Amino acid sequence: MEKLSLFLGCIVPNRYPGIEKATKLCLQKLDIDVSDLPGASCCPAPGVFKSFDKATWLALASRNIVLSEKLERDLLTVCNGCYGSLADANIELKKDPELRECTNRCLKEIGMEFKGTAEVRHIIEFLYKEFGREKLKEYTTIQLDLKVALHYGCHLIKPSRDRNLGETEAPVFFDELIEATGAKSVDYTDKMMCCGAGGGVRSGHAAESLEMLEHKLACIRQAGVDCIVNACPFCHLQFDRGQLAVNEKFGKDYSIPVLHYSQLLGLALGFSPYELGIEQNAVQNIEFLAKIYEISAGLR
Amino acid sequence: MSEELPKVLKAAGLDVLSCMQCGTCTGSCPSGRHTGLNTRRILRDARKNRVAVLSDDALWLCTTCYTCQERCPRDIPITDALLELRRLAVKKGFMLPEHRKISEMVMECGHAVPLDEETKQKREELGLDPIPETVQKYPEALQELRNLLKACKFDKLTAEK
Repeated sequence: MEKLSLFLGCIVPNRYPGIEKATKLCLQKLDIDVSDLPGASCCPAPGVFKSFDKATWLALASRNIVLSEKLERDLLTVCNGCYGSLADANIELKKDPELRECTNRCLKEIGMEFKGTAEVRHIIEFLYKEFGREKLKEYTTIQLDLKVALHYGCHLIKPSRDRNLGETEAPVFFDELIEATGAKSVDYTDKMMCCGAGGGVRSGHAAESLEMLEHKLACIRQAGVDCIVNACPFCHLQFDRGQLAVNEKFGKDYSIPVLHYSQLLGLALGFSPYELGIEQNAVQNIEFLAKIYEISAGLR
Repeated sequence: MSEELPKVLKAAGLDVLSCMQCGTCTGSCPSGRHTGLNTRRILRDARKNRVAVLSDDALWLCTTCYTCQERCPRDIPITDALLELRRLAVKKGFMLPEHRKISEMVMECGHAVPLDEETKQKREELGLDPIPETVQKYPEALQELRNLLKACKFDKLTAEK
């Protein structure tokens, strides 16, 4: 299917609407046919729901997929967690008839049926595989003179048996999309390490989750970058709001700006930091904001 | 009860018998570097049917990053196995209060993280509809979701035991 529906999930619409706005602006500018997905719910969050009950996890994920099947559109997510739930559930239900029958028995209670006619896409792999880095470059109007610490996030690339995105120790496809905006993806220690939020750890074991985050932030600061870029609002929330919590808990003074890839791409496509909701982050780094406003206005 | 853990894992396609206790999982674990999570030990306990592993809080320190699973030299789907153990733990009533709250939140409003006033305002500043196009906007969709959760008996599973 060439038509997509935008699956919002929870954190994008309910905490970081700037990512929603940025994604919609970018997709429109790139002439990608994407619609809303009215009535969609939590994906459901893989770290918790998949840890609680498989039947419920599959039922809720499949309801979201069926909403898109009805629109005859593939789902597009901008979140690694939503991708983890929806793509994995879609694969399991397509390949296991017994599981599908079981899930359809639950769905029947609400008059739905999973048919397996839609695919689940993540904006990063979609842009890389379908749209293409070179074409993306053609659409950019501003070269971003920024040094970026890229955080892939875990569920975009793992489990690798289901992702088809190559190896997981040192992937490069996302770095290439960063560089298509003119920004430089800077290597740093433990780049592929988890942000510490997933698996219900941020909610269930907040202190331990922040320990992991602090390590990651220390590595990123050492690399001397302008900002962190991610493709997952849960990692985004951990890096952004978590950064303030780390400062408080460990007596640190981190102030590293955090952007979702849609926001970085939005800047390169000519949208202003304000339109992209970058100023709405918890981390307020005035120097960085001044820099991107200057870049955005063509002053540097 | 005999051999319950290895049996459940095997039925889910996870053969922990092939674990040679090399420790690659623990050595690769971003959580274990900072916390008490020892993945190698959890696999050994499961293999030896030590059911106490189900009430072990460490089970909930895994961020499900899949690094152990990707690096396991015996190709054991370790993260999948750990998730299977968590589901068994939940069935037996072991669930963190924070996780119970997230479950209730989804049953109540369809989202693990619900909309708040601050975000509504941020949405308006961006020119977005203050209420997003999700289940939060459509009462009939929310009812449908609740009915689906009920059909899965999720309310019973997550109720305090």
